Amino acid sequence: MNIFVCVKQVPDTETKVQPNADGTFIETTSIKWIMNPYDEFAVEQALLVKADNPGSTVTVVRVGGVKDTEALRTALAMGADDAVLVEAEDNLDSYTIAKALKGGIEKTGKQPDVIFAGKQGIDDDALQVPQVLAQMLDFPAVSVIVGYEKSGDNISVKREIEGGALEVYEVSTPCVLATNKGINTPRYASLPGIMKAKRKPMQQLSLADVGVSEDDKRLKYSDFRLPPEKPPGKKFDATDEAKQQEVVAEVVKLLREEAKVL
Amino acid sequence: MAKVLVFSEVSKDKVKPVTLEILGKAAGQDVDVAVFGDLSDDQVKVLGDYGAKKVHKLKGDNLDKYSAEGYSNALKGFIESQGYDYVFSGATAVGKDMMPRLATQFDAGLASDVVNFIFEGDNFSATRPLFAGKCLAKVEIQGPKPHFVSVRPNALGMPESPAGGSAEAAEASVDAGNIRAAIKEIIASASEKADLTEANIIISGGRAMKNSENFSILHECAEVIGATVGASRAAVDSGYASPDMQVGQTGKTVSPSLYIACGISGAIQHLAGMRTSKVIVAINSDPDAPIFTKADYGIVGDLFKIVPILTEELKKIQG
Repeated sequence: MNIFVCVKQVPDTETKVQPNADGTFIETTSIKWIMNPYDEFAVEQALLVKADNPGSTVTVVRVGGVKDTEALRTALAMGADDAVLVEAEDNLDSYTIAKALKGGIEKTGKQPDVIFAGKQGIDDDALQVPQVLAQMLDFPAVSVIVGYEKSGDNISVKREIEGGALEVYEVSTPCVLATNKGINTPRYASLPGIMKAKRKPMQQLSLADVGVSEDDKRLKYSDFRLPPEKPPGKKFDATDEAKQQEVVAEVVKLLREEAKVL
Repeated sequence: MAKVLVFSEVSKDKVKPVTLEILGKAAGQDVDVAVFGDLSDDQVKVLGDYGAKKVHKLKGDNLDKYSAEGYSNALKGFIESQGYDYVFSGATAVGKDMMPRLATQFDAGLASDVVNFIFEGDNFSATRPLFAGKCLAKVEIQGPKPHFVSVRPNALGMPESPAGGSAEAAEASVDAGNIRAAIKEIIASASEKADLTEANIIISGGRAMKNSENFSILHECAEVIGATVGASRAAVDSGYASPDMQVGQTGKTVSPSLYIACGISGAIQHLAGMRTSKVIVAINSDPDAPIFTKADYGIVGDLFKIVPILTEELKKIQG
């Protein structure tokens, strides 16, 4: 099987986000970049499927800045075979990214059987790329999957919807599957894995190489700003057991009479 | 005036509340609503009341169950036949999944999960949270029309008073086309509680809960006030709570009326996921925990002592 995984590199979740000077994105000069957490589940699932299908290859594809290639190196160290990197800005919209991913996949000359991706990038939180890419390739797609099983020639996946309910899909290949937390436990890259990753092939392409231009941009962002801060709240000391009853009663009263949420 | 379509899911003959929120905000435009299958005259009347001109009931094979392919294929044909400038839906499980596919069928742009939008003359712009709400930005859609927008439920709020029009009901037949990813079965959630993203009250536990058994004190409290129980990433990664309970940048972004954080220190990624809650209560033994900077009401103390007292106090006012 030709298995592909789309990964994104995003600012670490502990990042304190600051808008940049012209308000077109966030300040990225001192950011620690990590592989998008939902993509770790995609890489892991690809490696599990490869293990079940000897002779398969796992190719990771990423569109984004090249100052740091942490996301691809991590995926290769976890066990992916090769990588494609399409050099681009880090704040592209989903349509442009999906078109570049499609171009990157096609440049490998391999016909995909399954393409995995994380259900969402934790930077722009758009939740679009898996279905956009699938539509561009004319593949079916299922997003937010928390279960994967082989089902004859098809694949059976569980998709999480509102309230923790699950939709069970039967999907034919080739397809795009977008992973959610809970589907598996991503492995850590081993030291030999990290050493080996350095020698694994990484093809580097430009947006022009994959047929993407300025005209493909569908969203224009401006006025990046921090949300308004809340005024400071009231804090009560209930470390003394004798006071606990009184403090809790007071807070419940405030919730009821001042905040009016009970 | 822009020609606008709002797609609404229907459950138990009710349109989603987010549909009415969108109608309220899009007042002044020429707005239609489309649903799959039937809709009662009562609901058509409600939609008219909120400003819809026409309510299109779209009918065809293989649309009784959701599929991204079936829904988007069917809507594509319908939208083309009517020539809409803008197409909206709620950013629900269906909206988030189907809208990207539908927009791409037109090679068009989608602004997803917006929390506000405005029509100004021929221009449209929206506000989106990014980085789980750590920042906000203005977004404009460019390229071919129609332009697509999905709106986060509960973000716009209900219009104060409906505009008070009446809608004409219409039927159209649509084609779901080829469906290669189809639902075979739906497994209902074990819990009857509202989903975290829709819950009015959430009580969450962090690493200080120490184990999964201790979450029972949160469940007992939740029972009294009809809350949904959530958890921090630390609690989920330690195995105290299941992944679908996680609130934060790598879990669910929530905005309940009341959020009670128990033994949660307040890592940036957690705060990002719950900062838009209307009122935040924090219970933590560490007076310097960052969660207190976001809390409306902070209680410094041992959660294993405080939470049971809270449960009792809440029983008093509920009784």
